[in-house]
Amino acid sequence: MKRLSAFNVVSLTLGFAFLYIPMLILILFSFNESKLVTVWAGFSTKWYGELMQNEAMLQAAWVTVKVAVFSSTIATVLGTMAAYVMVRGGRFMGRTLFSGMIYAPLVMPEVITGLSLLLLFIGIGLDRGVLTIVLAHTTFAMCYVSVVVSSRLATFDRSLEEAALDLGCSQAQAFRLVTLPIIAPAVVSGWLLAFTLSLDDLVIASFTTGPAATTLPIKIFSAVRLGVSPEINALSTIMIGIVTVGVISASLISKRALVKQRREEQEAVRTA
Amino acid sequence: MGADLAIPVFEPWTDPQAKPLIQFQNVTKRFGDFTAIDDLTIDIFEREFFALLGPSGCGKTTMMRMLAGFEAPTEGKIFLAGQDIAPVPPNQRAVNMMFQSYALFPHLSVWENIAFGLKREGLPRNDINARVEEMLRLTRLEKFARRKPHQISGGQRQRVALARSLAKAPKLLLLDEPLGALDKKLREETQFELMDIQEKTGTTFVIVTHDQEEAMTVASRVAVMDNGKVMQVATPADIYEAPNSVYVADFIGDVNLIEGTVTATGEGVYALHWREGAAPLVVKSPNTISDGQIAHLAIRPEKVTISADKPESADNAVQGKVLDIAYLGNLSTYHVELPTGDVIKAQTANTRRISRRAYTWEDTVWLSWTATGGVLLGE
Repeated sequence: MKRLSAFNVVSLTLGFAFLYIPMLILILFSFNESKLVTVWAGFSTKWYGELMQNEAMLQAAWVTVKVAVFSSTIATVLGTMAAYVMVRGGRFMGRTLFSGMIYAPLVMPEVITGLSLLLLFIGIGLDRGVLTIVLAHTTFAMCYVSVVVSSRLATFDRSLEEAALDLGCSQAQAFRLVTLPIIAPAVVSGWLLAFTLSLDDLVIASFTTGPAATTLPIKIFSAVRLGVSPEINALSTIMIGIVTVGVISASLISKRALVKQRREEQEAVRTA
Repeated sequence: MGADLAIPVFEPWTDPQAKPLIQFQNVTKRFGDFTAIDDLTIDIFEREFFALLGPSGCGKTTMMRMLAGFEAPTEGKIFLAGQDIAPVPPNQRAVNMMFQSYALFPHLSVWENIAFGLKREGLPRNDINARVEEMLRLTRLEKFARRKPHQISGGQRQRVALARSLAKAPKLLLLDEPLGALDKKLREETQFELMDIQEKTGTTFVIVTHDQEEAMTVASRVAVMDNGKVMQVATPADIYEAPNSVYVADFIGDVNLIEGTVTATGEGVYALHWREGAAPLVVKSPNTISDGQIAHLAIRPEKVTISADKPESADNAVQGKVLDIAYLGNLSTYHVELPTGDVIKAQTANTRRISRRAYTWEDTVWLSWTATGGVLLGE
């Protein structure tokens, strides 16, 4: 292992401190005995227990997961279709306009997206609730999925699809049997991205939500306005834990797959 | 040996009764302003191993993609076994293609790759198994059936691609630079393997290549292409020994081109006046050239003999000085500069060890060749 120079150690420490000290404080105080958030009174896990008793919190968590699963799934289907047409459709009329419009929501202020969706739902008389949040999240998550999938499709060897056609596939079969399995990792990461975006969205959800559908970010935000409780810290710690486990295991799995493939390739070259 | 044991010569193109498997009739293909194929008419016969040879951008790949169904001709018609294939989509053509990149499906095993086309036909499972096993045997891949494409070597991948494209027993197999990704030794072995498989299966092969040695080795006939036009279609020997144009002569192998004015001196015998004051060159040529026309004598370096003394009875002999020697191991090519400033290449087989070489740089030597050694090509 190479030793780091003093300068590198300092920059590394500063960088990580900047990123992680707020979260560390949050995690630390979630194990605080005292009800006062800023006063340390000894270690305890009682706020986790109380959280499990909090019906409203659990209800909000369930709504959030439901919204995230549905919206990210629909967004993945639509985003993948859009990406496929953009990359594979050739130079059809209005292609530049369409591809620009797909990416516009990426830079659109969330307040505007939320407000315009709210106006639309009121206009068509759709009752606000889980359905409207799902629709709203699908709208903005779709463009993220399409960005991820189209960058994979752009490097996709076109002759693979031609080979499938040549061997007797229809266009649809070629997509289902060849293209989709190969771009699956990109589709999955697009789904994960959409899922996390939906999970932590506050602005758009608060515009499009109704009385019956409170998501976790909305719940946390409104609770914090009445004062930060250690219960919220506990909830946030759980969420950090879930995300950390997810990210680490995903990167471990992909790294192991890569190492395995490298080894197999080397073996093939040796035995050839 | 009786005459009845002689192997029949395979040359359906000389038989006016033979029906071609593929016919291109005045086919033109344009991409915007660019003409990739220019009014092309060509016949390819069943069981042929037909090579499309030319530099990149000459239209050979476009021709192949039109046969596969990935491009449609702008004008003209293409017939496969007498049927116009323009309205037939690629997945319904009795044509399969082996891609330059092999295009093996990375998520499927070797076995599943080969079975892919058969499954689309909805064949019974037993038939599919039998056919895949047969293909694995043909391409000597039995041991690798369960492996994924990234787990096998380049040469093995090439064989999987071949097996997959042959599995559906197509009438016509298209091969796009099939050996381009292999190193030289493996490529040479694989050329013979390809010829062997082509003979065993009796499939018509059309191969696209920019490698002239490959085309000469494998093909029954070669079409030399340039800028969307076919310059010459002939057997490898005819392409080499009797090119019909300066372009073909120059593209295939090494050649000396000597320009001059022609006068006829007898039946098929011509004198080429190539330099003021130099003796005219004697050429016997099947091509008819009218008096006073400017023509090129194309003569291959190995048909030019190099000697220290003036040869007794040569139709043509010129004297010069050795300018350069390209030593290739088995052969040496001598670049000889004539007093006129022209450089003529002469090639000899190195039948002796290099230390015993007879000529070296700056030596004065004689070059000679027979009247039939080269061909006369008009402008």
